[in-house]
Amino acid sequence: MTAAAEGTPAFGMTRARRNALLQSESVQGFALISPTFVYALILLVLPILVVLAHSFWTQHYLDIDHTFTLENYRIALTEPIYRDLLWRSLYISLTVSFFTVILAYPIAYFISFHGGRHKSLWLFLITIPFWTSYLLRVMSWKVILGYNGVLNSGLMGLGIIDEPSTALLYNSSAVIITLTHAWAAFAILPIFVSLEKVDRTLVEAATDLGDGPLRSFLRVTLPLSAPGVISAALIVMIPTVGDYVTPKLVGGKDGVMIANAIQAQFGKASNWPLGAALSVTTMLVVSLMAGATVLIIRALQRLAR
Amino acid sequence: MPEPTQAERPQSDRPQTDRAMIEIRSVTRSYGAFKALDDATLTIREGEFFSLLGPSGCGKTTLLRMIAGFDNPTSGSISVGGQSMEGIPANRRPTNMVFQSYAIFPHLNVEQNVAYGLKRLKLGVTEEKRRVEEALAQVSLTGLGKRLATELSGGQRQRVALARALVMRPKVLLLDEPLSALDKKLREQMQVELRRLQQAVGITFVLVTHDQYEALAMSDRIAVMFGGKIAQVASPKEIYQRPVNRQVADFLGGMNFVKAEIVEENAASLVVDTLGFGRVRTDKPKAFVRNGGGATLGIRPERLRVLWDNATAKFEVAGKVVERHYFGEITHLIVEIPGLEKPLSVTETNDFGADDIPVGTPIRLAYDPEALVAMAD
Repeated sequence: MTAAAEGTPAFGMTRARRNALLQSESVQGFALISPTFVYALILLVLPILVVLAHSFWTQHYLDIDHTFTLENYRIALTEPIYRDLLWRSLYISLTVSFFTVILAYPIAYFISFHGGRHKSLWLFLITIPFWTSYLLRVMSWKVILGYNGVLNSGLMGLGIIDEPSTALLYNSSAVIITLTHAWAAFAILPIFVSLEKVDRTLVEAATDLGDGPLRSFLRVTLPLSAPGVISAALIVMIPTVGDYVTPKLVGGKDGVMIANAIQAQFGKASNWPLGAALSVTTMLVVSLMAGATVLIIRALQRLAR
Repeated sequence: MPEPTQAERPQSDRPQTDRAMIEIRSVTRSYGAFKALDDATLTIREGEFFSLLGPSGCGKTTLLRMIAGFDNPTSGSISVGGQSMEGIPANRRPTNMVFQSYAIFPHLNVEQNVAYGLKRLKLGVTEEKRRVEEALAQVSLTGLGKRLATELSGGQRQRVALARALVMRPKVLLLDEPLSALDKKLREQMQVELRRLQQAVGITFVLVTHDQYEALAMSDRIAVMFGGKIAQVASPKEIYQRPVNRQVADFLGGMNFVKAEIVEENAASLVVDTLGFGRVRTDKPKAFVRNGGGATLGIRPERLRVLWDNATAKFEVAGKVVERHYFGEITHLIVEIPGLEKPLSVTETNDFGADDIPVGTPIRLAYDPEALVAMAD
């Protein structure tokens, strides 16, 4: 009897506590994200930990020596080939994100400011290239840039060049052109969203205070759409550093990027630890570059005032 | 006798010139078949506090935006300071605007907002700073220069918008419902301040509002607009006391309407017969156009006075209280008058116990025949 009498309030308390716990906002929040969180944990965090662990081990023919070593990082950072490949990857991704943003901005601006009632139609049109596979889109660039390609025959037909140029395909420029086209939509959308949020009366106010169209754009619209520009740049920059398919297909010998080297280490060369070290190095460098980009755009934004 | 000169007498004590600052000639703005503004002609004088008053959709904002240059007339012309505004873009007009949403630049602080338009003038650092300080002082924002727009209250944002426009020293300051987003108390305070500021700087102010009390309290003259047309342009007193038609009378507070028969009409006056008020001689309004034998007489509720006990007046009507509404300092009485189809509404101060008059009490009301205003049917 006594035990039961003592047990009931205790049970009641746990229930009350459990109810309070279930009603708390943070618990509800965690409950809501838990499926995605578990998914991300298993498929993102764990693999990264595996890669990180491998990067400190050594490959011995068929098995892996689990003693801690920094040798892989030494190779990744000092071997000229990997250094060059990393630099080239960074250069390509920076150039691609620069041109993508530059080309995407006017499109986003047009849709946002002059799209009128057809905004959603325009956005829909932008997604049309995604109806075909990425491989097909890269292949079509091969058709355009190739030796007997559309561009060469066009230029020859116009009499601008006498013989087909080989400078168009199988180099880093081809990779840049292809990637710029492929990532355009991912840059247009964030810029469009941030332009949509720019209060149109602010542009009117700038005009009212004496600014012509260009000045009001530079002093109001552009600074206020900077968040969109930053996210567009990052969305393009981060994945393109590690792009593997595009350089493989249109890059040729001069267009090889770091991801191709990493793939080789995990594949044919069968040196997972070195591949892992290259991956980790690339990740760190990309993070640094992304951070630097954010800081630079913010500084430019402040300068515009 | 009513004084016709009253209409022309400005409320302000500051001497005004009679020179035109803004001339709007037969301006029409159509959107397809819909005319947002229909053949509006209007002259706004230099140094005047002018209000465009009307319900939403009456075309007042359209007119203001055309003066600013954000919209163009379909036909007709607008000139500011004697210069035609045709083909002149908004950024080169001698006007500045205070937007309804204030449109404070969120990425700039208060000082940078105010200095925005000055940057282009290349005044030099000291002169620019001096003018910004001066403008901030004018709107009592001294010391808040470094704040961001997001850190300001509604009233403060309004002041920043005002300073940002005033610092440009425009010929005309355009205000698009600047007080509508403020709460009642702040709005009343800002009305007084705006009026004071206008007197101090002497710039022509054009205010767009749908609030009749705001327009009456602040303006030298008011244009009342309905359905894209200007119904009446006059001083607040004239508009309130001598509205040209029922629509204007109704929009500017309560008005009792009484049916009348025209007995005699000449150039200056009308003699009409009414059931409740008998035969009345009134001034003929300028825009009066006779439409058959009928007319409407109007009288404001506060121009009817309750006659207590045995008091008598030269002009009085007798009736019975049918409703009583208490409003603190005043009471609204609804009084049925034999012969009138609609009961009269009477506003009486509560000093003498109007709030205690029981419903059903017979009552006599005194009025001044000059308070009766004739309107075309």
